[in-house]
Amino acid sequence: MKILYFAWLRERLNRGEEQVSPPDSVATVADLIDWLAGRDEAFALAVAKRSLIRSAVDAKLVPHDTPIAGASVVAFFPPMTGG
Amino acid sequence: MSVRVTTEAFDPGAETNAFLAGDQGAGAAVTFSGLVRSRPDDPITSLTLECYPDLAINQLSVLIDEAMARFELIAATIIHRYGTMTPGEPIVQVMTLAPHRAAAFAGAQFLMDYLKTDAPFWKLETSPAGSVWVAPRDDDDSARARWEEPALASI
Repeated sequence: MKILYFAWLRERLNRGEEQVSPPDSVATVADLIDWLAGRDEAFALAVAKRSLIRSAVDAKLVPHDTPIAGASVVAFFPPMTGG
Repeated sequence: MSVRVTTEAFDPGAETNAFLAGDQGAGAAVTFSGLVRSRPDDPITSLTLECYPDLAINQLSVLIDEAMARFELIAATIIHRYGTMTPGEPIVQVMTLAPHRAAAFAGAQFLMDYLKTDAPFWKLETSPAGSVWVAPRDDDDSARARWEEPALASI
């Protein structure tokens, strides 16, 4: 599974993407955030305030309770400031 | 209807003229251009927009479909640039074509209000003092929320 990071989240993690292989027990976006936070202190600190983290699964904007079974790309990013 | 997400600079006048050459049933067109702003008391040297293009195209396409149906537009286009720009350059252009002006205005405003909070772009302002990620604005959230209020939902 490919993970993408954008904006200040990308900067704080020092990477824009990575490949991960979470165990089957990681069922939702929220589970994935917890799992990534458990293996990386920088990630845990960056996502400490979960309400500031938006997510997308396979280029669709989704809430954190969305299942990730079969997903190939999950993206995490701060609230959007375009326009 | 079309969506364009691009690092290339665009010419709002040329885009408008091409868009207007559309449909004889249209009595009204509204075009909005969003520009890189530098406040005189707090000038920036450049603005960089980061983008997740795959998601941007999906999100903007959903928005356009919804605006077309909700306001019975004849056509709608969103152009959004990303990368590094200087003050005065266009960032975004939203254009709507409708039989009458009310729908054209409302459709353009709806698209801009949703685009601000729902399209994956992030602004980084650079000044002589350094670079800062722009914080989301509460009034952008309230501008979007008004389209969900029953009193305005029928516009």
